[in-house]
Amino acid sequence: MAAPLPKRIIKETERLQSEPVPGISAEPHEENARYFDVKVDGPSGSCYEGGEFQLELFLPDDYPMCPPRIRFLTKIYHPNIDRLGRICLDVLKNNWSPALQIRTILLSIQALLGAPNPEDPLNEAVAKQWKENQPEAIKTAREWTTLYAQKK
Amino acid sequence: MPAAFVGDEAAEPVTKTPPSTRKRKLVDSITTSATSQPPATIELPKRKASKTTTASVHDANADAEQAALPATPQTLSSDKPMDSDDDLNSVASSGMLGEAMDDSSVDFDAADSDDDGLEDFQDDESAFESQPKDLRPAKKAFEVDFNVYSPGDIQHQQDRQVEEVATLLEQPAEQTAILLRFMSWNKERLIEQYMDNQEEVLDKAGLGANMSSNPPRLEAIDGFTCDICCEDEPGLQSFAMNCGHRFCVDCYRQYLGQKIREEGEAARIKCPGDGCNKVMDAKSLDLLVTSDLTDRYHELLMRTYVDDKENLKWCPAPNCVYAVECGVKRRDLTRTVPTVNCDCKHAFCFGCTLADHQPCPCALVRKWLKKCEDDSETANWISANTKECPKCGSTIEKNGGCNHMTCRKCRHEFCWMCMGLWSEHGTSWYNCNRFEEKSGTDARDAQASSRKSLERYLHYYNRYANHEQSAKLDKDIFHKTEKKMQLLQSSSGMSWIEVQFLEAASQALQQCRQTLKWTYAFAYYLARNNQTEIFEDNQKDLEMAVENLSEMFEKNTDQLAGLKVDMMDKTSYCMRRRVILLDDTAQRLKEEGWTFNVDLK
Repeated sequence: MAAPLPKRIIKETERLQSEPVPGISAEPHEENARYFDVKVDGPSGSCYEGGEFQLELFLPDDYPMCPPRIRFLTKIYHPNIDRLGRICLDVLKNNWSPALQIRTILLSIQALLGAPNPEDPLNEAVAKQWKENQPEAIKTAREWTTLYAQKK
Repeated sequence: MPAAFVGDEAAEPVTKTPPSTRKRKLVDSITTSATSQPPATIELPKRKASKTTTASVHDANADAEQAALPATPQTLSSDKPMDSDDDLNSVASSGMLGEAMDDSSVDFDAADSDDDGLEDFQDDESAFESQPKDLRPAKKAFEVDFNVYSPGDIQHQQDRQVEEVATLLEQPAEQTAILLRFMSWNKERLIEQYMDNQEEVLDKAGLGANMSSNPPRLEAIDGFTCDICCEDEPGLQSFAMNCGHRFCVDCYRQYLGQKIREEGEAARIKCPGDGCNKVMDAKSLDLLVTSDLTDRYHELLMRTYVDDKENLKWCPAPNCVYAVECGVKRRDLTRTVPTVNCDCKHAFCFGCTLADHQPCPCALVRKWLKKCEDDSETANWISANTKECPKCGSTIEKNGGCNHMTCRKCRHEFCWMCMGLWSEHGTSWYNCNRFEEKSGTDARDAQASSRKSLERYLHYYNRYANHEQSAKLDKDIFHKTEKKMQLLQSSSGMSWIEVQFLEAASQALQQCRQTLKWTYAFAYYLARNNQTEIFEDNQKDLEMAVENLSEMFEKNTDQLAGLKVDMMDKTSYCMRRRVILLDDTAQRLKEEGWTFNVDLK
């Protein structure tokens, strides 16, 4: 038997569904309320605009003392996201605060799509291209978005 | 066709075996000489033996006096750092000049840090008057001043410094402690910066400009919902620092548990609020940290104090709780080997925290260990014993036959002597008449010098390793010593106190072998000159004394009782020879009198 779900997670889940953030959705799995299917829209004005990106999100036992674990399932061309979909974001690591929430984290991820940071790369090859030939990199990102992140 | 040993895969086993056989041979030769020689001395009548001992002790004293004579008057670096640097500049040989100049260029900073080091020291002296300081005999050149502190002492020392700075800054003690930790316990820097810009320092340390004088307390606020657990029941106890981020007590405690237990943080835990940089002060922590965490928390706080202080280091022995204070600075390490003895009996180097490695300076120890570990001499062996195929570069060892080589890998045919193409070799099929050409001679010279340097390394390495090994064996014997002592007590009717000479002998052996071991690493890096010969003489004397004692130590129990006086003589002789060697080496190191064949950096 799993431990009963903490009030915090119940409340967060409720609020995610009652007051959804525009462009972001997070649905818990029926059999595991700590596991969420996440969809994030590419922010408008960015090279990911028009795309819908799927992520998986898991709340570990220590949550909210530890950050949630999040990974992109949709292929994406981004200097801070690697080929396995892992994300390099400070609030997911040492700048995590228990006062942060799933909602705020997903907003941070959406913001990361709008502002790639090639200075702190996770995906070296993409970051290099981003620094040396930004128009080309943005073009590739757009192509990947059309190719892999179409709304179903 | 001659057989040729070819290929990369062959190089591996080929390279490994020969050095070890050589090692083994050398070790053999050492052990045989050790077993064949000493009995002569041992079987001497007792009186004669003790006579020789005293005679050599006189020698030893003379040595020590001689060693002390040519020394320039020594200014102790801990007393007057500036003076010693001046001395350094005037004494410095051409090779060391650059180094000395570097020193003088940072003198301002260095002088500063020395000053506060000195002040700390004075503080500590008044704080720990109970420490027996003057019981030690006159200091030798290889000894350094140090103090051993228990966790209680360190806590006390911290509290005193906090108190002192608190009065100066007119701040409460908890805030001062945070400020000091924030500044890595450099109180001069803290006071200076604080006086310059109070607001900024407080802000950076996470104390915020607006410090309330209210003590931290738990509150139950109506209508409060904890942002972490979402609990909102009435009467929920909550806590906030003056940054205003309020969370319930349970969440706060869970948060601290995560930080202290899992992440090992203590001195710089921040408010759990998102993006808030406020550091939690000691009073708030005392209020919130649960009893199961306090020990760990205080241990972590203490650890940061010792880690931050340049003149404090933890004893590296397992489970040892003591810290050692020593005034030797990093930049002094080329001139001194600061060995300290913790109260737990572990002797270690304050400079690098490795086990005692006198007389070898830290820089050489690092180089030596790296050299031994890298097995870089395997490469040396390859270059001494093999050649490379001129076409594909495979390593080849010629294991007999004529000079006509065919590389097994690329089928290239060449002459082993001139390395030229075999097809152009003319008619001289079985000897190479191009042998005496310049390229050939050069190649031979290169091989010869490579072989020589390998042999030099092995000479020192084998002796180093032998003492390491022997020390281990001696230690095994030490474990048997107690048994021996009991046997001896019952068989000879001696009292417990009378058989203590065995333990003394065993410890002397351990210590001397440790020293001898490092003399070989040291000697490896010494340039050949007169001083090196003196050093080697001292080394030889100590080694002989140690081997004599070691031999005696292995005698049967029934013989031991009769050897007591002799053994005690030999033990003290060993210890004296060790002191002479260390003292002489340390003295010269201080004066930068050694010439090394590597840079001591």
